[in-house]
Amino acid sequence: MKDEVSPGYPHALAKQEAVTLAHGSGGKFSAELIERFMLPRFANEHLNRLEDQATLALSTNRIAFSTDSYVVSPLFFPGGDIGDLAVNGTVNDVAMAGARPLYLSLALIIEEGLPFSDLERILDSIKRAAEQAGVAIVTGDTKVVERGSCDKIFINTSGIGILADNVRLGAERIEVGDKIIISGTLADHGMTILTSRNKLSFENSLTSDTAPLADLVQAMLQAAPNLHALRDPTRGGVAMTMNEFAQKSGLGFALNEEALPINGMVLAACEILGIDPLYVANEGKLIAVVRQDEADELLAAMRSHPQGEKAAIIGEVTNKNPGLVTLTTLLGATRVVDVPVAEQLPRIC
Amino acid sequence: MCLAVPGKIIEIFDEASLKMGRIDYDGTINKACLEYVPEAEIGQYALVHAGFAISVLNEEEAQKSLAAWQELQEKMGAR
Amino acid sequence: MKYLSEFRDPSLAKALLAEIHSTVTQPWTLMEVCGGQTHAIVRSGIDQLLPPSLRLVHGPGCPVCVTPIAFIDKAINLAAHPEIILTTFGDMMRVPGSAGNLLEAKGRGADVRMVYSVLEAVTLAQEYPERQIVFFGVGFETTAPGNAMAILQARRLGLENFTILACHVLVPPALRALLDNPENRVDGYLAAGNVCTIMGLDEYQQIVDEYQVPIVATGLEPVDILAGILEAVRQLEKGEYQLENEYKRSVTATGNLHARKVIDQVFRRCNRTWRGIGLLPQSGLAIRDQFTAFDAEQKFQLQAAEETDNGCLAGQVLQGLLNPTECPYFGSRCKPEHPLGATMVSGEGACAAYYKYQGLIMKDEE
Repeated sequence: MKDEVSPGYPHALAKQEAVTLAHGSGGKFSAELIERFMLPRFANEHLNRLEDQATLALSTNRIAFSTDSYVVSPLFFPGGDIGDLAVNGTVNDVAMAGARPLYLSLALIIEEGLPFSDLERILDSIKRAAEQAGVAIVTGDTKVVERGSCDKIFINTSGIGILADNVRLGAERIEVGDKIIISGTLADHGMTILTSRNKLSFENSLTSDTAPLADLVQAMLQAAPNLHALRDPTRGGVAMTMNEFAQKSGLGFALNEEALPINGMVLAACEILGIDPLYVANEGKLIAVVRQDEADELLAAMRSHPQGEKAAIIGEVTNKNPGLVTLTTLLGATRVVDVPVAEQLPRIC
Repeated sequence: MCLAVPGKIIEIFDEASLKMGRIDYDGTINKACLEYVPEAEIGQYALVHAGFAISVLNEEEAQKSLAAWQELQEKMGAR
Repeated sequence: MKYLSEFRDPSLAKALLAEIHSTVTQPWTLMEVCGGQTHAIVRSGIDQLLPPSLRLVHGPGCPVCVTPIAFIDKAINLAAHPEIILTTFGDMMRVPGSAGNLLEAKGRGADVRMVYSVLEAVTLAQEYPERQIVFFGVGFETTAPGNAMAILQARRLGLENFTILACHVLVPPALRALLDNPENRVDGYLAAGNVCTIMGLDEYQQIVDEYQVPIVATGLEPVDILAGILEAVRQLEKGEYQLENEYKRSVTATGNLHARKVIDQVFRRCNRTWRGIGLLPQSGLAIRDQFTAFDAEQKFQLQAAEETDNGCLAGQVLQGLLNPTECPYFGSRCKPEHPLGATMVSGEGACAAYYKYQGLIMKDEE
């Protein structure tokens, strides 16, 4: 679904500075694309072999493997772009198992006419994000589709990470009394995207929080041996993640409205658009469920890490209201935080 | 109905003959039309609904209301 | 003073609640007219904290909920034309028409765009002179001034490709219709503070005098609403009925005179059918003849399908005659993912508010 034709396309195509169908057809132009754009950025022993697959030797047979596709619009927003999301999103999914992410695959589906300048900007972000996250891009694929068949560029990344023997995280480990901790402020990413889409009224004062969390996770595992579960609240926000845990564990998740950390300007953007921050995507945050006697130490460890400076305990696991997520409001009443049905739309009423 | 949010007017300007303002909501900045609050001044707080300021908030009245309710709070405490 | 946190102060709220508890000596029923008030009440949990003998019923102040199906169908039909860009607030995107909603129409290729302000639609009309920009103008008196200004602006700019599909509704006629209904059991009313910010309080004073019921204008923050509830029950306990303004930081007796003038300049009162309630005379706003060039209904040949009845009881909910949880379809045939009516879709529809914030049943294990 496109709202408008990208102004760069016809111009870039005419000057031969854009991706064309030929670049995806597997022949000379495809090879040129790889040599000109990919290899200079992602050179490593695996990719340089230019085989159809990467052969990897891992130090353990417990691996975490995740895949995700990225279709965000707009491609570029304050704080990052689709390239950052594509790396950090999959790195984080792998890290949520308590694994150390090592390798990513990178598959691009490009709409013909995407200017080289946009492509290079995205690839630069991927390179930077991969370096920051400590992962290597070891295999990839590029396809080009006709105008209108995809929205400028879609990216898929799959990631592999290795798990230490003693790390076993998951909803099945959650117990009554566990504390729920979030690593930082809510709703930064989703509200940045929403306000970026409307440049007519909104100035871009917000910034996406996209960031790799693997390093934070390793620090957390050191500090809290009884860390039970991790998840990153992306689409559907904290509400979705809490409901997933509640349903899987069959326990009640009681949140405290007063404890939810949120930046003043993000909350203001939510107020203006009538959006509930609990349902907004986060791209650089995680939720940890930890045994209660280790909560304070875990919190301290998180707060001394750059990705966890604003970490806060936001609730606890109970046997009341099993399978449901509840919120104690500022006034002291308790209400249910329901599973999100669909993406929240801005409202004026 | 009518989600309206208070924000501080930080700039007033003309856009296509309409009086407009840049409104600061705790750090998020948005444009709003000030045609319905022609007396509005920079530094005042406007109540904005769907991109239009519908009133300039009266600080004195706000303080009076809060004071009346705070009195209630003290009365409760004294019981 | 930032005008937000002060009016959400939990300790002030608790003091007001305590005073409400000690004031109430018998059962009362209050109606909050405005959907925004409903949303704030259920979201903050006020309804759970009031004395059990004090019942809150939810009124028809949800413009999305009361927009007739015919208008949604017209909007969808317009959007399907390739030369038209249909602009709308996000609120209307998922409201069911006779055959689907605007979001689904967008999925089928209609150019439907969400805007935050109607002026964005005017800007689009300037940017796309070869397209026809239609703005779906729904709302109560609070939203009407903006739409009126958009029409004046379009005229000033000499735009020939901007129109509004206008379906505005007015609160006082709806309030009167509720009060005229012999089944009405409401003792006092909380009026919508942002509507009153525009229109002032005259019409409500008339209603208080004629029907002898207390009406209190309130803001939308929890402390505002509790202050309004306290004032209403104080009056009821004393057997009084007055118009009180508990939103003085924004509402004055005459309202916003600039806005009222422009509303009158661009719109005229008309009869309007409210979805679920029926025809209420002089309860709507239509675009005046001298601005007919900006009226989508006049510019485009619009036909609406016959309204079909799928059994939705939203009309009763909107009039405070039925609590959402009392509806036989609530939570079963009717849920946010497959709503029967607008009150389950709208961000401030009573049914949606109950479903989202109260879940189905909360069991207390202790």
